[in-house]
This record gives sequence, C-alpha cells and structure tokens, in this order.
Amino acid sequence: MSVLHLTSIPFLLGGFFFFFTATVGLLRFPDFFCRLHATGKGDTLAVLLSLIGLSIYEGFSFTSLKILFIAVFMFLAQPTSTHAISRAAMRCGLEPWTKKMEKKNDSNL
Amino acid sequence: MTRVTDDIIIRAVARVIMPFIQIYALYVIMHGHHSPGGGFQGGVILGASFILYLITHGLEDAKKRMSELKAGLFSSFGLLIYSGIGLLCLIMGSNYLDYGRLSTLLKVIPAQARSLGILGVEIGVGIAVMAVMFSIFFDISTGGVVPEDEQELETGDE
Repeated sequence: MSVLHLTSIPFLLGGFFFFFTATVGLLRFPDFFCRLHATGKGDTLAVLLSLIGLSIYEGFSFTSLKILFIAVFMFLAQPTSTHAISRAAMRCGLEPWTKKMEKKNDSNL
Repeated sequence: MTRVTDDIIIRAVARVIMPFIQIYALYVIMHGHHSPGGGFQGGVILGASFILYLITHGLEDAKKRMSELKAGLFSSFGLLIYSGIGLLCLIMGSNYLDYGRLSTLLKVIPAQARSLGILGVEIGVGIAVMAVMFSIFFDISTGGVVPEDEQELETGDE
C-alpha cells in the first residue's frame, strides 16, 4: 500500500457514496424534475470523485492525464445535458410536482 | 423539422466541447491499428460532433458548414480513398488491400508500409462514416423534404 493508493481510497469511497445517494434519489423521488435533480447533481460529483481517485491511483502518467480529461469532459457535459432534458420537459408542459397536486390526485383516485 | 434552441447554456457548451470531440475522433482514427478504435468508431464520433452542431445551432447554420451535397461528396471521397489504396495494391501486383507491396512505392520496409496502408484505409473509412452519419441525420431531421441544395442544382442545370 503506497501513499498514492491510500489517498485514492477516500475519493473512490466518496464516489461510491454519491452514486448510491443518486440512485436512491432516482428510485424514491416523486416526479421527473426531482429525479433529474438527484441524478444530475449526484452522478456528476460521483463520476468526478471516482475519476480523480482513479487518476491518483494510476500515479503521474499519461493514462492519469487522459482520465482527468474525461473528468473535465464529464463536468462540462453532464450538467448541460441535464439542463437540456429538464428544459425540454418544461417546454413540453410537464408540471413540477407539488404537495397540492398529490392531494388532488388522491382525491381523484 | 428540428426546432432551434435559443438557450445560451446549451449553445455555449456545445461550441466549447465540439473541437475536443473532433480531436478525440482524430485520435481514435489515428490509433486504430494499435489500440481500441479505428476508422468506423472515429468516424462515428466525428459525425456526432456535426450532429451536435445541427441540434444546437439549427438546420440553416448546419447547412452552411456541411450541406447534404457536401456530405454525399465526402462519403464518396472516403470510399474512393479506401478502394483506391486497395486497387493500388492490386496494381502493384499483390492481393486487394495487401499493403506489404506498397513498400516499393513508399520507400519503406514492408512492415511500415502495412502500418501506413491501414492508416490510409482507416482515414478513408472515417471520412465516409462521418459523412454518411451526418447525411442520415440530415434526412431524418428534414423529414423527407427535398433539400434546397438539390433544387438549386436542378435549376442551375436548366
């Protein structure tokens, strides 16, 4: 166990934790926008942490530089795609979930 | 018909990451013969960057960069590179796409000639795949309407 391996462990564990919370949010949240919020934020941070952890594990080499490039690309592309999807849903007329809406649906049922 | 987005975030980010997608596509094409990747995969990535431009900046702007006529010409050009290298091997007196015989023409040893030959073939495949990907997406997004390029050509001929 070198120093590099030990420093990469917290990053990887943080990545796993945020992946887990993002997945829980995807499964438990009530509507499309909340789920997108959970996965968009959680997955971006988780991917970033995992890739940084992997590049630290790899050491100072060309491979770790490539992994960092992927991390930068993910950091740019993932929030933008989340934004595009939520904006498209908003334009198509999908209404955000409210507590009131749930009560109305319950009374209809 | 695709609707043009007026969203500054999507347009700006697409503009920033598009050159990097294209550089990565060229990297995949260039490293095809000694790492995962190759002409087809690189061509698909290159085509995806043009499709991203079409989605974010609209059909009219994309037509200025790459019209359907140009896409057709590029796909034929890529196929010409591929089959041209193959036929060159045939003319030099070996099998179709047997690059070893190109060593006398390129003045290198046969092993290097094989490497260069397959690189040339992959560049041709990449160009063809990029143009065909774009042209398929172009056809889908116009919804089967005849593009203006061809109409202009027809009137120009008359």
